[in-house]
Amino acid sequence: MSKIDKDVRYAESHEWVRTEGDIAVIGISDYAQHALGNVVYVDLPEVGDEFQAGEEFGAVESVKAASDLICPVSGEVVEVNEELADTPERLNVDAYSNWIIKVRMSDPSEVDALLDPEAYAKLCADE
Amino acid sequence: MGEEIKVTCLHDRHVGLGAQMSPFAGYDMPIQYRGIAEEHNAVRNAVGVFDVSHMGEVRVKGPDAERFVNHIFVNDVTGAPAGQIFYGMMCYENGGTVDDLLVYKVSDNEFFLVINAANIDKDVEWIMRNAEGFDVEIENESPYYGEVAVQGPGAEEAVERILGLPVRDIPFYNFVTLRVDDEDIIVSRTGYTGEDGFEIYGSHEFTQRVWDKLMEGGVEPCGLGCRDTLRFEVGLPLYGDELSADITPLEASLSMFVKLDKPEFIGREALARQKAEGVSRRIVGLELEGNAIPRHGYPVEVDGRQVGEITTGYRSISTGRSVAMAMIDKPYDKLGTEVEVRIRRKTFPAKVVKKRFYDKNYKK
Repeated sequence: MSKIDKDVRYAESHEWVRTEGDIAVIGISDYAQHALGNVVYVDLPEVGDEFQAGEEFGAVESVKAASDLICPVSGEVVEVNEELADTPERLNVDAYSNWIIKVRMSDPSEVDALLDPEAYAKLCADE
Repeated sequence: MGEEIKVTCLHDRHVGLGAQMSPFAGYDMPIQYRGIAEEHNAVRNAVGVFDVSHMGEVRVKGPDAERFVNHIFVNDVTGAPAGQIFYGMMCYENGGTVDDLLVYKVSDNEFFLVINAANIDKDVEWIMRNAEGFDVEIENESPYYGEVAVQGPGAEEAVERILGLPVRDIPFYNFVTLRVDDEDIIVSRTGYTGEDGFEIYGSHEFTQRVWDKLMEGGVEPCGLGCRDTLRFEVGLPLYGDELSADITPLEASLSMFVKLDKPEFIGREALARQKAEGVSRRIVGLELEGNAIPRHGYPVEVDGRQVGEITTGYRSISTGRSVAMAMIDKPYDKLGTEVEVRIRRKTFPAKVVKKRFYDKNYKK
């Protein structure tokens, strides 16, 4: 049974978003890390890259396959979690404390369209 | 396919072990149990067992058996001793590959062909269609046989001690037929991992007993996930990646199995011409700088122009390096050539290397 963090919102593509003002902290869910298996590589964007909501911003890779990371909100990358470059397995240890990127949102209302923890739990249960 | 998914005779064992299951070649197959890396390392360092019951088996019998096998197969089985096994391909007239397979010589009048699961229907139809004018009987025995592959440096010891089968004297790429529990089973010293090991063919009931004994004996159950990482590291091709109807064995860098000096076989003319003219592209190894992982289908570029694509790629579990097999246009196939692999938004420098990323450890 995968953990659901009650303090974040979720995309259907299994990223989570925690807001700090107009900054969105983005990671992948425990369900996603579990489905992937051992994470061996995280393809990170660079600070300054801009993404639209729904656009691919990187990838998380297991031995077997690459899984695209989809940006749940629009904005500019202001920080990337460089620790994941050397120790990608952190995502398997704790998917919620190990964020991937921070984005300055151009439209913070996009967060409202994301799933709340209950709806996300239901989505995982149905998959 | 749209057909109902098939299961092997060991399906309930996989589910019971909590394997991650996924469709492969029309079968619901185990991808991993404990984890791809753990299972991979068990085979490299100790011993593991794979359910490969999905593989196809075709028996060819009759006075023309040898001549017929030589007609449909690029390798040469002429005059081989009974018990010998040949690796090779069946090709179309244009040299494209129908399938890659193992041919077991049972006797002068009998051969046993082991083919890829995804290709069983296509292969059987191809074999039957080309048998006209040959005095042979062809039987698709795939529904009868289960098969396990016991692989790793500890395979001989495990098969002898746990299964009680006398296998230590079987030479590499040879097989024996043994009478066990009132049935004839086949044991060959073959595999798809680059390690020593055995492939064991028998009835479903026999295969289930073998699997259960190996589990009780502590042999690591291994899924198709590490089957692919293991074969890839030693440069073995997978039909669908390095071989296909559009890829000839010469383009797959498998010319050592193509015996153009045989008087006749399907595809010979096209392959002889390709050999004489030289292939325009071929499968090579690539090693990437950095950590990004090349995957099947990613473009390979030189000066921003595509010169090929990745056929299989991984972070090698045994060496930790990002490596790939790729189909590359000439002249960029030469060892040491610098190319770039496009991975999503960026390109990464890579170099052409030998497509053997880990040394085979066969017992010959």
